Amino acid sequence: MALLEVEGLVKHFVAGRSLFGRALGHVKAVDGVSFSLDAGKTLALVGESGCGKSTVSRLVLRLIEPDAGTVRFAGRDLLSLDAGALRAFRREAQIIFQDPYASLNPRMTVGQILTEPLALHDLVPPAQRRERVAEILRLVGLEPRLERRYPHEFSGGQRQRIAIARALAVEPKLIICDEPVSALDVSIRSQILNLLRELQDRLGLAYIFVSHDLAVVKHIADHVAVMNLGQIVETAEADALFAAPRHPYSRALLSAIPVPKPRAKRSRIVLQGEIPSALSPPPGCRFHTRCPYVVDRCRSEMPQLVPDGIGHATACHRTSELPSSAAIVPSDGGFSPVLEKLVAAFSGGPEAVRGSGVSPLGTDPA
Amino acid sequence: MSASPLIEIKDLRIRFHGDDGRVTHAVDSVDLSVANGATLGLVGESGCGKSVTSLAIMGLLPKQSAEITGAIRFDGFDLLKTPDQTLRDLRGNRLAMIFQEPMTSLNPSFTIGDQIIETILRHRGGSRRSARERAIELLRRVHIPSPERRIDEYPHKLSGGMRQRVMIAMALACDPRLLIADEPTTALDVTLQAQILELMRELKAASGAAIILITHDLGVVAEVCDEVAVMYAGEIVERAPVDELFAMPQHPYTVGLLGSIPRLDHRAEQLATIEGMVPNMAQPPAGCRFSARCPFVLDACTEAPPPLVEVSPGHLSRCIRAPLELLVS
Repeated sequence: MALLEVEGLVKHFVAGRSLFGRALGHVKAVDGVSFSLDAGKTLALVGESGCGKSTVSRLVLRLIEPDAGTVRFAGRDLLSLDAGALRAFRREAQIIFQDPYASLNPRMTVGQILTEPLALHDLVPPAQRRERVAEILRLVGLEPRLERRYPHEFSGGQRQRIAIARALAVEPKLIICDEPVSALDVSIRSQILNLLRELQDRLGLAYIFVSHDLAVVKHIADHVAVMNLGQIVETAEADALFAAPRHPYSRALLSAIPVPKPRAKRSRIVLQGEIPSALSPPPGCRFHTRCPYVVDRCRSEMPQLVPDGIGHATACHRTSELPSSAAIVPSDGGFSPVLEKLVAAFSGGPEAVRGSGVSPLGTDPA
Repeated sequence: MSASPLIEIKDLRIRFHGDDGRVTHAVDSVDLSVANGATLGLVGESGCGKSVTSLAIMGLLPKQSAEITGAIRFDGFDLLKTPDQTLRDLRGNRLAMIFQEPMTSLNPSFTIGDQIIETILRHRGGSRRSARERAIELLRRVHIPSPERRIDEYPHKLSGGMRQRVMIAMALACDPRLLIADEPTTALDVTLQAQILELMRELKAASGAAIILITHDLGVVAEVCDEVAVMYAGEIVERAPVDELFAMPQHPYTVGLLGSIPRLDHRAEQLATIEGMVPNMAQPPAGCRFSARCPFVLDACTEAPPPLVEVSPGHLSRCIRAPLELLVS
């Protein structure tokens, strides 16, 4: 059984009210989204700003209430939970945000930040809490003695480790990672990605990974759902999607990934036109205003997400008629053998790969 | 590089004097040059000095706290010795800059048209009507749909991608010879990023302007740059033509950067990481500034600062262990 099953999720935000409180318009942030996620796996939600991917992640946690649809977590219907049961559920699903500067309380020490969830859920007897905090800090590659410090004493990467530690404190089964590495520098980003992966292997965590960085998604995700204007337009195994994206929107997204290789072979699809407003999404297929393959039918009839029987589903009327997309995703060609060896040597060699970038991070942040 | 570069930076050093008397070495002995029509990528992580370097070129660093030495030669001027009045004539005219945040770099209380027209009138003079026509033309060049209508809109009405295009239109208002773009696509979605990069390539081809592109995204560098300078802790640690840098980097920091990016072709279980932290720039280390984080470090590295030397024609590295291929063969 899947850990998380989401069915027909809908959320429309009111976009302004008249003098008498009547809604003037609705932002259709999420409009009929369904997916499922197995324990220990990663589902990535990708799409442009405003496509609804962050709203979906908040609906799954019931941080905001959906207008319709169901969310089942380990077989329980989340939307029927009362306040007490909802609080118990919060133990099992946590979230990490993009900005490690804004998501930690500056007035609390790291120890206090990590003790709070333990106390709140009454997980560990008070006498053993310090020990548990030390254990969690080691788990994310920080030295236990840092518990007395305040968030401002840490760098961005270290703060993101603290945010991860806070999420892990309650031993969740699911962590929602909302752009967890977007605010970090390249070298720090790889440390956090390695850490997330290692924690998943070690603790059997499931992740919902919200990101607009598609190379990162390719690296971390098992499944990917591509969203456009509140709807999933394509969902597939990550490898299958990146090998041959089917929906014209996915093709455009994936074709535009910048790759670290000069003169990389690519057939970039540059989308013309602006993203339509979620206030009044176009009728029919919501991508038709920007789609290079648009036909009349797309303007009137909304395509359904049709599975192909082997785990790849696409919401496009023309799926079967579109040209091959095998060469859509740009190729970076990999490293030369010498550079490959050099990078391996830089990381300590294949035998000596250090886990999670755990390192002497206790040094004073300058 | 051709015989006479458009801009030439010689031994640029920038120190910031803090209120508490601390002196931060933000930029040290930076030498750079960009030829007409070329694009230089300035790469590095937060705090490496790449943005400060570009602000020095524009003359936008605070005079009270920033101590700048060296020379920045541009179009017959030494920008560091040029009086403010002349700098004001150059900025927005022959020298233009695009900033990272299109949300904050437009004035919210004027229409985008007013802001572009102001630039044109300031530098080119002429009538307001002809300036307006030129502004519409510029908006059309950066592919803003129905520019005749859009020109009278306020910035808040435009999306992030459109605002960035307005910024580019404004930067291009007086046909600059040099365009500095500081993370121009960082805040944008991948589809918009593709549009903006395409646009920058188009403009370079059309006008022959030189571009300095500041970014931490090596993918973007590979797409649009001809030459790359990698900065670390205020110094240039490697400089090379773009193909060479990606084929065979000659500084360990660049190797670490390349190894830490997730690749599309190849699913690595572990990405390379650069352990440790950047040095405190109030007291830069005596030897190589990367030595504390470098897996290839020798005793000699920590004793004296390594010079920037040519490893192969046009390829410079500030590492005494270069050429690095010898380390693994």
